[in-house]
This record gives sequence, structure tokens and C-alpha cells, in this order.
Amino acid sequence: MHLALVGTPNSGKTSLFNALTGSRQKVANYPGVTVERKEGFFVTPLGRQASLVDLPGTYSLRGRSPDEEITRDFVLGRAAGEAPPDLVLCVADSTNLRLTIRLLLELKQTGRSLMLVLNMFDIATRRGVSVDIARLSEMLGVPVVTSIAVRKAGIADLLRKTDEIAMKPQSSARENSWKVLSVAELRATQREADRIIAATVSLPARPDNWTARIDAVVLHPVAGLAILALILFVMFQAVFAWAQPLMNLLSDAFSGLGQFVHDTLPAGLLQSFLQNGVISGVGSVIVFLPQIIIIFLFILLLEDFGYMARAAFLMDRIMGGAGLHGRAFIPLLSSFACAIPGIMATRVIDNRRDRLTTILIAPLMTCSARIPVYTLIISAFIPDDQVWGWVNLRGLVMFGLYAAGITSALGVSFLIKFFMWRDYAPAPFMLELPDYKLPRLKSIALGVYTRAKMFLQRAGTTIFSMMVLIWFLASFPQPPAGTAEPAINYSLAAIIGHALAPLFAPVGFNWQIVVALVPGMAAREVAVAALGTVYAIEGGKEAADQIGQVLATKWSLATALSLLAWYIFAPQCASTLAVIRRETGGTKWMVLTFSYMFALAYAASLLTYNIAVTLGAG
Amino acid sequence: MTAIDDNPAPEKRLGSAKRGYSGKIHKVAADGVNSSLSALELESRLLELGFVEGARVEVLHEGIVGGDPIAVRIDNVTVAMRRREAMAVIVV
Repeated sequence: MHLALVGTPNSGKTSLFNALTGSRQKVANYPGVTVERKEGFFVTPLGRQASLVDLPGTYSLRGRSPDEEITRDFVLGRAAGEAPPDLVLCVADSTNLRLTIRLLLELKQTGRSLMLVLNMFDIATRRGVSVDIARLSEMLGVPVVTSIAVRKAGIADLLRKTDEIAMKPQSSARENSWKVLSVAELRATQREADRIIAATVSLPARPDNWTARIDAVVLHPVAGLAILALILFVMFQAVFAWAQPLMNLLSDAFSGLGQFVHDTLPAGLLQSFLQNGVISGVGSVIVFLPQIIIIFLFILLLEDFGYMARAAFLMDRIMGGAGLHGRAFIPLLSSFACAIPGIMATRVIDNRRDRLTTILIAPLMTCSARIPVYTLIISAFIPDDQVWGWVNLRGLVMFGLYAAGITSALGVSFLIKFFMWRDYAPAPFMLELPDYKLPRLKSIALGVYTRAKMFLQRAGTTIFSMMVLIWFLASFPQPPAGTAEPAINYSLAAIIGHALAPLFAPVGFNWQIVVALVPGMAAREVAVAALGTVYAIEGGKEAADQIGQVLATKWSLATALSLLAWYIFAPQCASTLAVIRRETGGTKWMVLTFSYMFALAYAASLLTYNIAVTLGAG
Repeated sequence: MTAIDDNPAPEKRLGSAKRGYSGKIHKVAADGVNSSLSALELESRLLELGFVEGARVEVLHEGIVGGDPIAVRIDNVTVAMRRREAMAVIVV
């Protein structure tokens, strides 16, 4: 039988979904939209196979966003390619029934078989909430069960009732009489819901104080921002410091594997394809897995705890100045590690336009793949001097590059709002601040696992094919036998590089740089290795110092600065572009991102190069 | 904003309530409120979040810039919103 989960945001829908289905989940997108479709499977005590779809959270069936339209269409049985649900589970946070009971009254009009699930019933009981379940079920005219999604036994009742409903002769022939409620009807259903609650639920004399106490500090205008800054600091430390040993391990493993292939197979196309195309290409992306896991661990922990909505509250006005939604804050922050999890995390923004703006600017945040490029050029060209007595010049340049990324992101967001969506006023900030809850570790582990799986699947498909393409460009046609020059100089990449060189001459790039930019499309830091290849330097990462020395003799300072400016904006990351295409559901936004970033990169380099040359650095 | 100016007696609106304010909703009326949503849509959303006549409200927190947004306790739900949208809630 087919079941669907419906509930308001923060009703604990997802933890109930996880409790019912465990790891038997499938995450995909609904056709044509960017809404995530989560389906899981379980077996009832009587051995009935059941599929369960976790529908996007909603307060009503009006469908005011693509997510909510999915929920409405699915419940009404209008969703393309979806079987209408045999049973709709309406999930309520037991400590807060008002909004869900109203939603349930609306759901009743669709004529579907319904069951109300009072989730987190243990918390409600502990707070002194008591519910007359039999009476509530009678007044609502639907079966009511309680559940404690964190405990296995907590959902036994729900499973048993599901069997009972499945065995009953299908009485779901009731007509669908649902239509969009008018404001008068909304008022009336809310009053009806309040009347039912008054008759069946007794609220504690003293409400839970924990949330109020925590909020007194966390939402305090000064202390709150300090706490937010502290959380971000820890998060950054974790992403950069904790992930590093694991990333080194992965990176060493991949180069070891590459070396093994190199030593085992005879020199030739297959060897080069496996070592340089497959292993180092896919490896250069998989290296970021530890960072992605840590970021999602933090995001899911904060979300589950209930802090995310508070962060949005604190940042709303500050982000709003640049035309961004308060919820865009965490995705943008994640993009400092890697734009891919950042873009994936924009799913917390429910308004499509706000979400697109965030996706478009996320790649401008200085991701960790730029760090190798920045480090290489800075250490080769910027003297290790102190300025103003105590500031390290190299550190200052690095800081400047980060600041330039952030400033331009805010600027671009402002321009997007101004030029593209001037006629659409921004979605108002209206957000429920849920009560704090202890994070459910199992649920978080599942969430992290799902994200990591998605990332690896992508690395195995889209990114893999990109890598193969780039390897092909850098390897064909092959050099004539006995040549001393590096093979890449004869390849399509070199042909493209030479062809594009005149375009890049005004920004001070020589043809070698342009050639290195082609494989650099795979991932930004690959450009470092590619520069090494073009300048015929042997060796892996250890050779980075050596590459720097060579570059220092071959490039002018103006060229180096121009390349730094280029990398602030460069749209050079095939994986990010692939993720943008996937998340926005079309090529259009990917092309737009590529074009505007390319234009910005070119303009910034042109400006930097010419100013530097004028100042005598040419 | 004309709807507000036309009222003979100034009404207390949630959007101009200070932190610590506690009261009851007298009316939800989004006409003439300067929001990016249409009056009908704003009213519907407020109703869906539980802002109905007679419900108890309390302003719990204010943001740092201009005391905006505000966190409003409505029965036992806390909702964060901008003052601009809260103008649609008339309180007593």
C-alpha cells in the first residue's frame, strides 16, 4: 500500500519517516521541479509491504510554493506519475497541535483515508500535556495514534493501526470536495480546531521554559550574534582542521592508487586514462568528502536542535540589505568549504527566487579548492614582508582575496534582485521558531549518509564524465614519438589554449596559463598540477614549490596578480556547474552562472593587469 | 497605508509593539499593509500560522537592526516575522 506523510514544518515528520523506513530510502527529484522526493519502504506487523513518501512540510493545501504544490497534488492524486496515496499520515508535534489540527480539517475535505499521528508524545507528556485520544479521534472523525519516533516501540501503535486500516474494506470512495479555502473559511477552520483542542487537550499550567531560557541568550541582539560567530568559528575550524588529515589520507590513497596503476600497466593510453583521467580526476573531487560530511553534520545538528531558524532570525536584516533571505546564510557559509554542499543546502530556502539568487552567488565564496592556487601564486610572487609592523603581507593578500569574494557575492545578489526580479518583491520573512530539541543522532547519521551518498553518486556519474572529457582534451592527439616536449603541448587542450590565447592576452595570460585553465575546469586546484605539466615539471604535490620557482622566473607580477583576480571569480569547476544544473532543474541557470562569472573574472583580471602594468609591475 | 490613516482612533498594531508586549489579537486585516504579499495572501499566511482573532500574543525578542524582525509567541508557537508584516495584526 502507498502511504504519504503530511505535516507542518517542524512537526518531526522527517524523524518519523526515518523511524519507519530506516535506511530503506530513495531520494530523488520530482520531475521538472527541484523539490526533493523522499520515499522509503517498510513492512507492517502483518507482513504488508508499504511505501511511504515524505511530502514537503506545509501549513495548508493552498500550494504557495513549488514544494507545497507537490504536497497538494500528491494528496489529491494529481501528481504526474504518482499513485494516489491509500492512506495519508498527518503528523503533528504533540506539544503544538493548533496548526496541524487545522491542516487535518482541510485534509479531510480531500476524501482521502487519514490518520493523525501525535508525534513526540513523550516530550508532550513530560511537559504535562494530556490528550483525550479517543475523544479527539471521535471529534475529528479520523483514527489517532501517538508515536515516539526515536524509539522502536514508539511506532508500534502506528504500524498496527496501519494494518487495521488496510484490512478494512476501502471506504475511501468519499468524494474530494477540497477547494482553496477563503480567509473566512480559514478563520472558521482554525476556530473549529481550537474548539476541538479545548475539548480534548489539557495544556500544562506552566509551559516548557527551556526554549525561553535558551532564546533569552541566543536571540539577544548582542550575545546572540556573538554565539552565532562562535558557532561559525567552530564550524570553520572543523571543516578546515579536522577534515585535513582525512583529506590527506584520501589524496595519498588516490595518488598511491594512481602510482600503482602507473607501475602495473604498460605505458600507453590505458595507463594514462586510468591514472590521469579516472583516478586523479575523480580522486580530486572525492577528496572533499570529509569536508562535505563535516558541513552536513553541523547543518543537520543545528537544524535538528532548532538553531537554524534562530540563525536566520539573527541574520535576516543583515543579509536583507543585500537582497538575501536570512536562510541563505548557512548555505553561503558552507560554500567556503565547497560550493557543492552549499548549493545542496539551499534547499532550506523555500522561496524559489531567493534560492536561485543564493545558488548563483554561492560559487563566489572562496572555496577550499582555490586555496592551492592562491597559495602557489602568493608564495611565488608576494614577498614574505610585514606591513604596518605586524601584518603579514601574504596573509593580507589572502584575506583580500576572501573579502573580494564576499563583497562581490553581495554585490551580485543586489544586482540580481535589482535587474532580474525588480518586479517581484522579496518573500517576507515569516518563520516558525521551533522549540529546542535534543538532536536525534540516528536521524542525523541517516541525513549525513544520504548527502554523502548523493555526492558520491554524482562524483561517479556527472563528474566522472567531465573528468574523462577533460582527460581526453589534454591527451589527444598524441605527441609524435621521441619528442622532448610535454605531451599536453600537442593535445586538443593546447590547441584550444593557443586558439584562446589572443582572447586572454589583454589580461596578461600567456598560452601556458590558458592551456592549464582547460584541465583546471575539472576542479580549480587541478590547474596547479596542469601548470606543472605545461612547464614540464615532474612530480606530484611535492613539486608545488618547484612550480612556484619556475613561475616566478617566467611570469611578471602583473600576470600573477591578474591570475589571482581571475580565480576569485573563475567559473572553473565542472562539478559545481553540474550541481547547479541539477539543483535548478535546467541548463539555463548553469549557463547564466558560467557567463556572469566568466565576465566578472575577465573584467577583474583586465583591470588588475592594466593597473599593475601602469604601476610598473608588467 | 491609507487604511491606517483613515481610522479615527489609532489602533495598536503588533508591528509597532515593543519587546515584552503582551496582548490579544483583535483583528487580522492586511488591507493597506505595506508588504510584498497581496493583502489576501498575507492574511491567509497569518491565519495559517495561527494568528486568529482572540489568540494571545507576546513579543519575545527583537532583532538588532531597528528592532526588526520580531519573535512573537502566539499561543504555544513562536513565529519570527518582520514588523512590516506584523502591521496586519491589530491587537488590544
